[in-house]
Amino acid sequence: MTPPLVSVHNLCKRFGQPPALVHAVEDVSFEVRRGEVLGLVGESGSGKSTIGRLILRALDPSEGDIAFDGLPIARISQRQMRPLRRRMQMVFQDPYASLNPRLRVRDIIGEALDAHGLAPGKARRARLAELLETVGLEAAHTDRFPHEFSGGQRQRIGIARALAVEPDLIIADEPVSALDVSVQAQVLNLLQDLRRRFGLSMLFISHDLDVVELMCDRIIVLYLGRVMEIGPAEQVCRSPRHPYTQALLAASPRPDPDAPRVRRLLTGDIPSPLSPPSGCVFRTRCPLATEACARQIPPMIAAGHDHAFACIHADAVPPSALPEATGDDIR
Amino acid sequence: MFAGRVTALVGESGSGKSVTSLAVMGLLPRPSGRIAAGSVAYTGKSGVTVDLARTPASAMRAYRGSEIAMIFQEPMTSLNPVLSVGEQIAEQVRLHMRLDAAAAWRRAEDMLGLVEIPDARRRAHDYPHQMSGGMRQRVMIALAMSCNPRLLIADEPTTALDVTIQAQILALIDQLRKTHGMGVLFITHNLGVVAEVADTVSVMYAGEMVERTDVRTLFRAPRHPYSQALIDCLPARAARAADGRRLIRAIPGSVATAFAAPGCRFAPRCAFRDDACEAALPDLREIGEGHVSRCRRWEALA
Repeated sequence: MTPPLVSVHNLCKRFGQPPALVHAVEDVSFEVRRGEVLGLVGESGSGKSTIGRLILRALDPSEGDIAFDGLPIARISQRQMRPLRRRMQMVFQDPYASLNPRLRVRDIIGEALDAHGLAPGKARRARLAELLETVGLEAAHTDRFPHEFSGGQRQRIGIARALAVEPDLIIADEPVSALDVSVQAQVLNLLQDLRRRFGLSMLFISHDLDVVELMCDRIIVLYLGRVMEIGPAEQVCRSPRHPYTQALLAASPRPDPDAPRVRRLLTGDIPSPLSPPSGCVFRTRCPLATEACARQIPPMIAAGHDHAFACIHADAVPPSALPEATGDDIR
Repeated sequence: MFAGRVTALVGESGSGKSVTSLAVMGLLPRPSGRIAAGSVAYTGKSGVTVDLARTPASAMRAYRGSEIAMIFQEPMTSLNPVLSVGEQIAEQVRLHMRLDAAAAWRRAEDMLGLVEIPDARRRAHDYPHQMSGGMRQRVMIALAMSCNPRLLIADEPTTALDVTIQAQILALIDQLRKTHGMGVLFITHNLGVVAEVADTVSVMYAGEMVERTDVRTLFRAPRHPYSQALIDCLPARAARAADGRRLIRAIPGSVATAFAAPGCRFAPRCAFRDDACEAALPDLREIGEGHVSRCRRWEALA
């Protein structure tokens, strides 16, 4: 049986030393299946970007295992990691900061090709033209500098750079958050096209639940470095089981003035990751919290096929009153 | 804009939302920025109506803060990092309300309480860097509310905040609007926030207002192709294709930055354009009660 493309077990990442020890990622386990888009969603400090960087080994994990295509990579050297990097690429949030302003497009994408010895010599020009056309730019753009492009076009260059090495996995960290809504729509459509065309698997990191529901097959909801809920996108968004997922959905503004405003506002701020609450990390803001929540870290409880959530008040958490999804299934 | 009502100004980057609000506040950067034409009629606390576009800078200073207050996207850049938050509010009320130091400090404590900062009397001594983003935005709102403004201009006040904190701040602004009866000009690019907070909405594109109507009509029956296209390209409105993709009706192209052509600025991206659209800039026209559109072909959208 082929292993999942990525599997992550009990992953932990802590930064600093006590007393200033930041618990960025705590005991996170999941798989990225072949050909799927998996969403990581959460607010600031939820650990979603850190998880992406750990899989790329841009950061070293504190504990836990990561396997890429069956190979354990959590503790291998950067030198051993290098050939695998061709197979996993990142698309960044800020298309202004992630492209070198002094390089022309041909060198920005060419750098990726050179690093892995791809498309050398005469093949280079054709490959560049092909890549630019794939992302909706023109071959004539190869001689331009990043500042000559709009934000949306720059993000397309970033995507072309990631695709240049024909990766199996794309880690997209808030790829449309810096874009205007009309441009965001273009880039989301492009990513969906590319995914189908190249059979890409994707880890899609975002704080925007509407975008995640649109793009992803499955979603993981994170809070303070821990998994709150995991499941198929439609189930998590339409019938969330964890009180945090429910609160997050209720807080997201609906673009419909007649949408019912059932406002169960979460009080207070997200606690500091320097001293996360004992037991369930969400309990300090949770409307259902009891003393028992402080005593134990809640286990993942299954809620049907492929769907699980971490809350000991499983029976008290009703499937949300949000409207049911209409017939069409995600796959 | 009316007392106790929320007007949203919505548009993408470069549409002119912030420049509009800075013009109202008399804060356009000099000398490059100036009001070239038009007026800003404002009826103040005294009941007298003035044209803010022709008010001298010294008189504008008295209006800002006490009549019209503003909050911004990133509170950290608007707050003074070397003064405690209490001192910043006290300074403002000493200047505008002529309170003595002790009364000004009490007012600062009261204002921090009003915006629901827990343990406000103690937190008044905190510096901005000791607070979270949500708490800093509450401080900004306390500062804005401290002189009882009649108009609050909120320029993307929740854009930098997490969604659960955004919900708290939106609820707070709404509650203060109700209890204090002030008008709110809410500038945002987020249509979800518009649907949540606005009574009336002005949609801007490339420096022009293209449509103004009440919030329900905007989402139900927009009568400018840009408004309609903007609503259609929300992820929540994506349609499912036969192959399973959920494609969004994106607006083709991007906003032009120079306007050499004489016609409608949206015409190059518009699905409804005809030759006449590119000949002359369309005027705003009244197409229903309280509903204006800058589209010649608005009837084609019905």
